[in-house]
Amino acid sequence: MKNFIEKFAEALEIDNVESLTADTNFHDLDEWSSLAALSLIAMADEEYDAAINGQDIRNAVTIEDLYNVINSKK
Amino acid sequence: MAFLQFSNVRVAGMSAAVPNHIDENKETYSRWGDYNEYVATTGVERRRVTLPDNPLCSSDLCVAAAERLIDELGWERGEIDGLVFVTQSPDYILPATSCVIQERLGLSSDCYTLDISLGCSGWVYALSTIAALMQTGGIRKGLLLAGDTCSRMVSHDDKSAFPLFGDAGTATALVYDENAAPMLFAMHTDGKGKGVIIINDGGFRTPFTLDSLKQEVLEEGIERSPLNVAMDGMSVFSFAISKAPKSVNELIEHFALDKDSIDYFSFHQANLFMNEKIRSKLKLPAEKVPYCIRDFGNTSCASIPLALVTQCQSDLQTKPLRHIACGFGVGLSWGSVYFESDSIACPGLVEI
Repeated sequence: MKNFIEKFAEALEIDNVESLTADTNFHDLDEWSSLAALSLIAMADEEYDAAINGQDIRNAVTIEDLYNVINSKK
Repeated sequence: MAFLQFSNVRVAGMSAAVPNHIDENKETYSRWGDYNEYVATTGVERRRVTLPDNPLCSSDLCVAAAERLIDELGWERGEIDGLVFVTQSPDYILPATSCVIQERLGLSSDCYTLDISLGCSGWVYALSTIAALMQTGGIRKGLLLAGDTCSRMVSHDDKSAFPLFGDAGTATALVYDENAAPMLFAMHTDGKGKGVIIINDGGFRTPFTLDSLKQEVLEEGIERSPLNVAMDGMSVFSFAISKAPKSVNELIEHFALDKDSIDYFSFHQANLFMNEKIRSKLKLPAEKVPYCIRDFGNTSCASIPLALVTQCQSDLQTKPLRHIACGFGVGLSWGSVYFESDSIACPGLVEI
């Protein structure tokens, strides 16, 4: 999970990784944008070979939800 | 897995036509947000769009491109005995637009004509179709016309679609030639994604009613009716960055192509951020990947020939070239092709 949070932070260009936890609601982050969503999809593709879609991102609330959906789509 | 190989068919020319009206996103996008951010993501600075008071059809653009190309090639109209037209903006529900174009171009009544309904993968798919039709010599000269008037399908109040799409029509000329290098294809379909890019109303599944005209606010900056294109951009992105590179790689592997010997990798011009992800996954040098998205936007099935004609004109006219092209999108439908060209007819961009 720690590893995933680091990759998440890198995709969204968030410097302060410590501010993020598995329970963080990522839709509320200042860095969250449509481009951030695309970067996240690209990260899932490159790092996990998982194809997540728009619905998956809209349904996920926390970073852990994202982690779970990416793992389920590998 | 549809791996296809067709011999005896050569690309003889390529041309493109666009409406002369330019819509600048610097002005258009300002009602929705930060133009610079928009351009950094999509790469679309301006598009060619037909104007609502005197709208052009895809066929008008394709006919203009074809007329110019036929003149450049010095072909007699009567010699052209195959015409494939790919679009998702036909003139009518029926008859097929390829029949209308046969008459407009003055082609013989012995001509084989066919419409194909595909979008962003359309040029690659239609190239496989016309190559298959021509490979045995029953058709000696053929035209592949690919065009769409996307601006007429999107809501002008949809920031996710209106500033992205442009209008264009293209013509690709093919000849029967026993010395031609084979054309090679790797083609795919996944109808599970049919709702990812869709115009819901107006066909026979959900016929037009008065409710079809009602524009709904889906979210801030996205207002459209069921007669407009609805696109789930995130899902398209996820699909494209995964499938497009895979399809190029499997084409190269299956047919044992030498990747370094390819001169141009031409992709459907979807969105710059998406296309650059695809390019970086395939580790392709920038100079081998033509882009026309900055000045023309996403032009659906016209985008691959439009990119080649506008960005590689002099190389096409003067050099032997090895190409890989890859189209991907609505359907979902995608595929890649390897073909060669050598000093083909390539007149300049036609504006009407």
